[in-house]
Amino acid sequence: MAVKKWFKMANLLHVPEEGDAHARYNILRRNMIIIMILVTLIPLLLMAFVNYHQYRTALRDEIVNPLRVLVNKTKHSFELFLAERLSTVSFIASAYSYQELADENTLNRIFQVMKREFGGFVDLGLIDSNGIQVSYVGPYDLKGKDYAEQSWFHEVQVRGSYISDVFMGYRKFPHIVMAVQHRSLTGQTWILRATVNTEKFDDLIASMGLDPESDAFVLNRSGVFQTPSRFYGGVLEQFPPPLPPVSYEANVIEDKGPRGRDVFLAYAYFVHPAYILVVVKPKAEVLKTWYTLKSELAILLAVSSGIIILVVYRIAGILVRRIRESDEKREAAFNEMQQTHKLSSIGRLAAGVAHEINNPMAIVNEKAGLMKDLIEYKENFPDKEKFLSLVNVILQSVQRCRSITHRLLGFARRMEIQIEVLDLNEVVKETLTFLEKEALYRNLDLRLNLAPDLPRIASDRGQLQQVFLNFLNNAFAAVEDGGMVAITTWEQDLDTVGVSITDNGVGMSEETLKHIFEPFFTTKKDKGTGLGLPITYGIIKKLGGEIEVQSKEGQGTTMTVYLPKKPKEGLGG
Amino acid sequence: MEPCKVLLVDDEVEFVLALAERLTIRGLHTQVAHNGEQALFVLQDYAPDAVLLDLKMPGMDGLEVLRRVKKINPQVKVVILTGHGSEQDAEIAQRLGASGYLQKPADIGVIVDTIKRACSGFAD
Repeated sequence: MAVKKWFKMANLLHVPEEGDAHARYNILRRNMIIIMILVTLIPLLLMAFVNYHQYRTALRDEIVNPLRVLVNKTKHSFELFLAERLSTVSFIASAYSYQELADENTLNRIFQVMKREFGGFVDLGLIDSNGIQVSYVGPYDLKGKDYAEQSWFHEVQVRGSYISDVFMGYRKFPHIVMAVQHRSLTGQTWILRATVNTEKFDDLIASMGLDPESDAFVLNRSGVFQTPSRFYGGVLEQFPPPLPPVSYEANVIEDKGPRGRDVFLAYAYFVHPAYILVVVKPKAEVLKTWYTLKSELAILLAVSSGIIILVVYRIAGILVRRIRESDEKREAAFNEMQQTHKLSSIGRLAAGVAHEINNPMAIVNEKAGLMKDLIEYKENFPDKEKFLSLVNVILQSVQRCRSITHRLLGFARRMEIQIEVLDLNEVVKETLTFLEKEALYRNLDLRLNLAPDLPRIASDRGQLQQVFLNFLNNAFAAVEDGGMVAITTWEQDLDTVGVSITDNGVGMSEETLKHIFEPFFTTKKDKGTGLGLPITYGIIKKLGGEIEVQSKEGQGTTMTVYLPKKPKEGLGG
Repeated sequence: MEPCKVLLVDDEVEFVLALAERLTIRGLHTQVAHNGEQALFVLQDYAPDAVLLDLKMPGMDGLEVLRRVKKINPQVKVVILTGHGSEQDAEIAQRLGASGYLQKPADIGVIVDTIKRACSGFAD
C-alpha cells in the first residue's frame, strides 16, 4: 500500500521529457499544483477535523456535566424526602405498642402531630399480620378492610417496608402509599400504612430551576409519569418508550424529544422505590455556542483553503512560466552556439580547401601564363590568335577560382574588428555610392528614411559597409527593374539603433528563410557563393547586434539590423 | 641599369620553373631554389637583389628562411608569394622585414611590379 502510494507520488513528480512542450509544461504545472495543495490542505483538514472533535467533546462535557450533577442532586433530594417520611412511619410503628396504635384516638393524635411536623401525610392506618385494617385515621372509611390478597402486603412482609407508585387518590391529588412492618419482642407483627401526597415532588422539581425550554419529571419503571411533565403529558400518562437504559448513577444520552427536537436526556434510576428521574434539555439551546463555533470553523477552513488554492495556483503558474522562459533561453543560446560552431568549422574547412587549391591553381596560372608569353613573344606562331584565346580562357578561369578561394578565406577569417565612433547614416550613404549607377540604370526607386538626429555609435565602418552592401545587393537582385528599395534608420532604445532595408521584390519562402544564414545555401544558382549572409550574420554577431528577417513570397523582404550604441565587452576598440 | 636579380624559392618545381621563365622573358635575372637550405646556399654565390619566397615548404619553412636571409644580408628584399597565407603570417613576415606579400595564384604583372619596386628600394 505504502509502496503503491510512493509510486504515485513519484509519478506525480515525474514530467515526461518527450512530447509537445506546451503539454509538458501544463503537466508540470498541474503536478506542482496537486502536490502543493495536497501537502498544505491535508494537514489543514486534519487539524480542522481533530479540532472539531476536540471542541465538540469539550463542549459536550461542559454541558453534560452540570446536567449530571443536577440530576444526582435532585435524585438525592427525592430519596431523602422519601426516606424521611418512611423513617417517620417506621419510628411510629416502633415507638408505640400495637394496642396504642389500634386505639383510634391515640392514632388520631399521632396522625395530627405527623401532619403538623412533617406535612404531606393524608391518612394513617394499622393493619394486623392477617391483612385486616385494625384502625384508620383519614378521609376514607377503610376500617376492617382486608389487604391479605394485595401484592404490596406481601412485599412489605418480605422487605419490611414498601413505597407505592403514584396514584390518584383523595380529591384527585396524586398520592403515594408507604407501609412499614414492625415485629415486637414477643414476635407479634403489625403494619403501619400511611398515604402521602406528592405536592413535595413538584417543589423538588421546581427547585431545579430549569429554563422554560427544558423539562424534568419522575417515571416509574413502567414509564408512567409520577409527576406532571411540561411537554410529554400529565401524571399517570405513559412516557413514549423506550425507557433509557438502567443506570443508578446520573447518565446523559442523546435522544429525539417531543416535536422531533434533538434533546439531551439526563436521568438516574432510584434503587428504592423504583422511580426514574429524568431531565430533558433541547440540544439546540445548549449547543448554541457549539453551532456558532462550528460555523466559524467552517468559514475559516473554507476561506483559508480558498486562499491556499489561489496562492498555490498563482505560484505554480509563475514558477512554471519562469522555468519555461529559462528553458527557452537556454535552448536559444544552445541553437546560437551550434550555429556559431557550424560556421567556424565550415570556415576552417573552407580555409583548408582554399589553401590547397591555391597551389595547383598557381601552377596552372604560371604554365598557362608561360604559354601565353611564348605565343606572344614568338612571331609567326601558327594559329596565334586561336591559341591566345584558348590560353586567355584558362587564365580567366584561374581568376574565377581565385576570387572563389579569396571569398572562402574571407569567410574563414572574419577579419579583425576596428571600432570607431561613426554616423550610421553616413555609412549607409557611402555604401549606396557603390550601387548608385546600377540603381540609375535599372530605374530603381531608392527611398532613404534616415533619422536626422540618429545618435553616433561605436562600431566597425568597413564591416558595416560589407553588411549593408550585402543586404543592398540582395535587395537589388530581388526586385525587377523599376522596383523599390527603402533604407530606414532609427533609434530603437537607449542602447540600440536599428537599420532596415526593405524591397518589394520576389521575397522568400518559409523554407528558404530557414536556411539563409547557412553557409553555401544560395538561390542565385551559379552567381552566388552562399557565403554573403553567413558572413553578414557573423559580422553582426561579432559587433554585438541582431539580425531580423521578414519576408513574404511575391511581396518583398525586410532585413533589419539592431546595433548596440557601444560595442560588447571583449571587443577591441 | 643592371637587371634585377631574383632568387625564387618554392618547393613546387613546376610552378617555380615556369615562373622563373616568365620573369626572365620580362627582363629579370632569375635563379631557383626548391627548399630553404638550398636557398640559403645559393644566396652566398648569387647575391640576389630580391627573393621571392614561398611560406609553406618541407624542411625549413618560409618564415625561417626569411629570418636567416635577413640575418645574412639585410639589404636583400624579400617578397612572400604563398597559397597558405593568413593575416598572422602576413603580419609576422612584415615584422621580419618582408617587402611584399602576395597570394597565389597571382597575376604576373603584379609579381613583376612588386619585385621591381623591391629591387629599386621603393618598397621599404
